[in-house]
Amino acid sequence: MPKLTRRAFGLVAGAAAANLAMPAYLRAQGKPRAVVVGGGAGGATAARYMAKDAGDELDVTLIEANPKYTTCFFSNLYLGDFRTFDSITHGYNTLQSNYGITLVNGFAEAIDRDANEVVMADGPRVPYDRLLVSPGIDFIWDSVPGYSEEASEIMPHSWKGGAQTKLLKSKLDAVEDGQQIVMVAPPNPFRCPPGPYERVSMFAHVLKAKGHTDSRIVIIDPKPTFSKQGLFEEGWEKHYPGMVEWYGPDVHGGIVGVDPSTGEVETDLDTFQGDLVNVIPAQKAGNIAHVAGLANETGFCPIDPHSMRSKMDDNIFVVGDACIPGDMPKSAFSANSQAKVAAMAIRGDLVGSRVFPAKYSNTCWSLIETDDGVKVGAQYVGTDEKISSTSKFISQTGEDAGTRKATYEESLGWYSGITSDIFGV
Amino acid sequence: MQTGTRRTPWMAVPVAILLATSPAFSGEGDPLKGEKAFKACKACHKVGAGARNGVGPHLDGLFGRAAGSLKGFKYSKAMLAHGEDGLVWDEAALDAYIADPRVMIPGTRMSFRGMEDEATRADLIAYLKQASVHNPVENPSAEAPLRAEMGAAALAIEGDRDYGAYLATECVTCHQITGQTNGIPSIVGWPKPDFVRALFEYKTNVREHQVMKLMTVNLGNEEIAALAEYFSSLDPQ
Repeated sequence: MPKLTRRAFGLVAGAAAANLAMPAYLRAQGKPRAVVVGGGAGGATAARYMAKDAGDELDVTLIEANPKYTTCFFSNLYLGDFRTFDSITHGYNTLQSNYGITLVNGFAEAIDRDANEVVMADGPRVPYDRLLVSPGIDFIWDSVPGYSEEASEIMPHSWKGGAQTKLLKSKLDAVEDGQQIVMVAPPNPFRCPPGPYERVSMFAHVLKAKGHTDSRIVIIDPKPTFSKQGLFEEGWEKHYPGMVEWYGPDVHGGIVGVDPSTGEVETDLDTFQGDLVNVIPAQKAGNIAHVAGLANETGFCPIDPHSMRSKMDDNIFVVGDACIPGDMPKSAFSANSQAKVAAMAIRGDLVGSRVFPAKYSNTCWSLIETDDGVKVGAQYVGTDEKISSTSKFISQTGEDAGTRKATYEESLGWYSGITSDIFGV
Repeated sequence: MQTGTRRTPWMAVPVAILLATSPAFSGEGDPLKGEKAFKACKACHKVGAGARNGVGPHLDGLFGRAAGSLKGFKYSKAMLAHGEDGLVWDEAALDAYIADPRVMIPGTRMSFRGMEDEATRADLIAYLKQASVHNPVENPSAEAPLRAEMGAAALAIEGDRDYGAYLATECVTCHQITGQTNGIPSIVGWPKPDFVRALFEYKTNVREHQVMKLMTVNLGNEEIAALAEYFSSLDPQ
């Protein structure tokens, strides 16, 4: 490097200062710009893979409203006292420092699809050549009559990680022996199909550990069946006899509504009184997907199964819970898997790197009681019609304790692995 | 000890383990029983005349060998650091390591939960003392000659590393790219023949594991060769 004269140094320093005064996302020059909205399992993975694999050829920006991300996956283990809150909370420092990703900490309000710009709530616009949208879910609050965003302070949904997770935990820890918990389970399709039932298992685990075995947990479910049903029902009977009651629609006849002021859940059959009521409402793609016209009448975003490219806009990709994933469940594992296909397709578009046939996978582990883990998984390929399952497995009822313990330990390894795959190493 | 690393000083840990789990390590094990106990090891570790490195280092000449000292084997940084700090494999060190590998050497790539039973460990060590007296082959890291066995066709293909890197994105959700093993085995830096054989064994239920069966069932020779090419090219971090 040539030696700098004092004057030249002053010029360079001045340029650097001017450069710093500009928002980081306006600084990139010449390089194609990939922008990601949403720093969860889908978005952060995609940003990391694009930055890692394209190196200096691509400018990668990640827009995320929260400074830290508390994973919804494994939040049930926090409820059950198996994990600390800190251990399921992750920052974005590594993505910035080790991968050169530009982090914009703010709320993306809209997408100007004609100008190819993301519109931030506080005004600035972030230009993109390709945009990946991974906003997760939003709730259809009135899918349960009487429920609302305000009501969720009393009857937590806790179906997004963060303050709601802590709220539900504090309410769970306050439940006394003989008191009743009522869960209103969500209709399909929703984030994390086995999640509500693992959560009920964790409720029961906490109550049982305190000797509160006179307490009851009632699940009011709009679905006639649920994920891993045989495994959960076997586990509840084995570990928590008489503590868990599940009512499908053929029994309760329909959910009439909830009353946050009284803690009542009314159904056609009966009114259930909950000292703690956990309402998980129906879900739709995160708000920006609707504002930008990326979602269809289902409330979610149709995509090309070979690439995760939006069917509404060739310059936009949608991954994770917000998309219509064919045979895949809405899960962090799925979002992480879809993000890698999308990242490859975006690199192919912008820097001409090789694009291979899309391949997806998912596995969901659930904990029923200490060292009693179960899992379900499948593999998928993109077909012209949808993301289509090619093979699958599920844990069996009656498995021995060693197998179940190994499954639980495997889930800990998975959490460690996927979070480093999402947030960087 | 270097500063800035989080590893435990190795001297401290074996002593603690010896006190906790084997206060009277006698070394008087039964080598015949130990040979049976070695079944838990031999998928990865070879010992005896002509032993080569595989997923794990070969064990010929083990006693008196400095930890992490075999040339050509891709050790974890943790194992290399312990070797630099002076760890030499003797009966006591081996006993502590086998009892709980990840406690003695946090960050080890060895995916083994540990052998709790003290007598079984003594048997195993007795066996290894007999079996490891051979001199190592000249180049134990050279790949074994091809045999007409499972996976030979995949091994004969030159893997497409780029394709392998893409396919591997599916693996690294659980098997960490750094080689860390928090409950799920490390697969970085495996020799190609071991990698190929392992995938075929999962694919055909020789090794039983639901997730690995799922992940391998649709892989063809082209894919397996690509994955082996990619993972064998990586170094543990």
